[in-house]
Amino acid sequence: MKKKILSLLLSMAMVSVLFAGCGGKEDTAPQGDAQQEEQTDDSAGGDTITIGFAQVGHESDWRTASTKSCQDVFSAENGYDLQFVDCDNDSAKQLEAVRNFVEQGVDYIIIDPIVSTGWNTVLTECEDAGIPVIVIDRTIDDSDKYISWVGSNFKTEGLACGEWLKAYAAQKGIEEINALVIEGSTGASATLGRTEGFKEIADREGWNILDSQSGDFTQDGGQEVMESYIKSYEGQFNVVICQNDNEAFGAMDAMKAAGVKYGVDGDVILVSFDACTAGLEYVMSGDINADFECNPLAAPFVEEVIKTLESGGTPEKEVYMEEHWFVNEDIIPSIEVNGESQDMTVVTQDIVDAQY
Amino acid sequence: MSKIKKITGQPLFLPIFCMLLVMAVNIFYDLGSGRFAFNFFTVSIRNGVLYGRLIDILNRGSEIAILAIGMTLVVSASAGTDISVGSVMSLTASLCCMLLAGYGVASTNTLAVPLIVGVLAGILLACVCGAFNGFLVAYLNVQPMVATLILFSAARAIGLLLCNNLIVYVRNDAFKFFGGYLGFIPTPIVIAAICIAVVSLVLKRTALGMYIQSVGINKDASRIAGLNSEKIIFLCYIVCGLMAGIAGIVASSRISSADSNNIGLNYELDAILAVALGGNSLGGGKFNLAGSIIGAYTIQAITTTLFALGVSSDQAPVYKAIIVIIIVAIQAPPFNAWVKRLSAKKALAKGGA
Repeated sequence: MKKKILSLLLSMAMVSVLFAGCGGKEDTAPQGDAQQEEQTDDSAGGDTITIGFAQVGHESDWRTASTKSCQDVFSAENGYDLQFVDCDNDSAKQLEAVRNFVEQGVDYIIIDPIVSTGWNTVLTECEDAGIPVIVIDRTIDDSDKYISWVGSNFKTEGLACGEWLKAYAAQKGIEEINALVIEGSTGASATLGRTEGFKEIADREGWNILDSQSGDFTQDGGQEVMESYIKSYEGQFNVVICQNDNEAFGAMDAMKAAGVKYGVDGDVILVSFDACTAGLEYVMSGDINADFECNPLAAPFVEEVIKTLESGGTPEKEVYMEEHWFVNEDIIPSIEVNGESQDMTVVTQDIVDAQY
Repeated sequence: MSKIKKITGQPLFLPIFCMLLVMAVNIFYDLGSGRFAFNFFTVSIRNGVLYGRLIDILNRGSEIAILAIGMTLVVSASAGTDISVGSVMSLTASLCCMLLAGYGVASTNTLAVPLIVGVLAGILLACVCGAFNGFLVAYLNVQPMVATLILFSAARAIGLLLCNNLIVYVRNDAFKFFGGYLGFIPTPIVIAAICIAVVSLVLKRTALGMYIQSVGINKDASRIAGLNSEKIIFLCYIVCGLMAGIAGIVASSRISSADSNNIGLNYELDAILAVALGGNSLGGGKFNLAGSIIGAYTIQAITTTLFALGVSSDQAPVYKAIIVIIIVAIQAPPFNAWVKRLSAKKALAKGGA
């Protein structure tokens, strides 16, 4: 009992010191401090690793999965103390959050940068304070003062899509590929990488890309673009590539309304990216032929980097996450991307349930 | 000569002329690419439903047309715009889908509450939002843009809270109806038509239309003349909220989900543009509802045309901007005066000779 009171008093003292240290900026400091400090006190071993995570926001299921992944991996049970800040897509708030982490003296900082430039000053501050910074998902272009970047290789996703389509067409005896692409938001790194990767294979194989328009990564956008495609290229296309699942849902609605048969038993091969739970459900039902994952679960890879640092090693500057390629039919066991063989995963209910 | 003048003198001549001009581009494009000249305008029945670019324009333009009704009234009565309609659409969709799916559920095939409850609750909330805006503008005399700025930023966030930061999918055929098909006609077209018909009937059959205009022209004079100016402005904002709610249900049903971040994004700007393209003054007073609705479909016609022409999506906004500038310039009074002066000069020269 006495011990508990003591620890409570101690943690209260610590919190007050912390708030005093924050000055007028405490509104960006995480609110769960008191509780977390108490937990730190209880374990009292000194081997708790404090991590500050400045997340972009909560705009999509993908982002929510990314946040949850970090909270699960860097939990108190695993010996971590995670200071999580949701920056609501406000880059000024994110810079402030990182500065707060430096003042608090956390052990590691994880940033999912909202913007790719303007980071040099604050990263220099982190370096001066001796705090290693790990960047996840999006990139930082104007500074290299971070330890590692952990993320998806969007071009590889595009290449994988092309390689799979080649193998699939050969298997099904489809000679001519006439593809329509529904791109993501203009200028987004996922859009650029996936377009580039797929185009590389299409050029190599002599495929015909009829048109490529942006659906802004939304279902409504995908639907509107597809409605227009159906009228412009009636009966001329046999492949539709959607650069995320939401666009694929929209394209499906548009094709359904116009009586175009798509999916496994249809005339049009439908391919999507992201592979969220809803997307995989459609892969399982055969509406989407193949779905190429963009893995949101960066935390295990970040933990890998932190462990390497803790043991005195030097982690890789760019860490690409392992990603899965999901299909409906079990006819192509694996594909070769960039000279590496990768297995195709046939979607089952278990896989859908396990997905984010 | 006088016949042409009669036609060009009609208040709706310019908005309709502009819309036809936009669509005429497609005739040349289709001819140029070796297709049937009226390919763009062909409407057929495919797979049991109406099919064609014109149907796309009517269907996709429904939300903006519905919003434009409310926006026209608000602009007329209060000489200001309601910039919260897009966010209110999103909030309506969020509440409706949240009720239908149950709180915290991300995806559902069965409805948790009867469809009508979810839809009516969403629309009711939109009316409450409209009433909130109306109260601030009418009774507290807050500038319309400032008053509606509150919900512009807050409503979308409240929607996210209601949906627990998730995109809530309601994959149910009954809910899909509002964005799907009524027989062979896309339901959004029917909903827009009903909204337009009801509002114009009310405005025509009662004196409300005249009251709104008189309040817009001079609020104090109208009050002295015996009109309850505040009440009329308040009512206009509620109608605007109601329309935003209906548009929100349509947009949400179209994608059978509540994508709070994207539903109605930037729609308030398109709705304001529709009012302006319809030849209405944003300074309030006299309004022309039909003009606004034609303006709304003109905006959609531009988008659909750009898609049909295959203009790449990163350049499309530039063309859209150029077309909008031209349409606004054609309708600007100085331009009209210039054209009149020019024709007068010609007539004078002819007369002189």
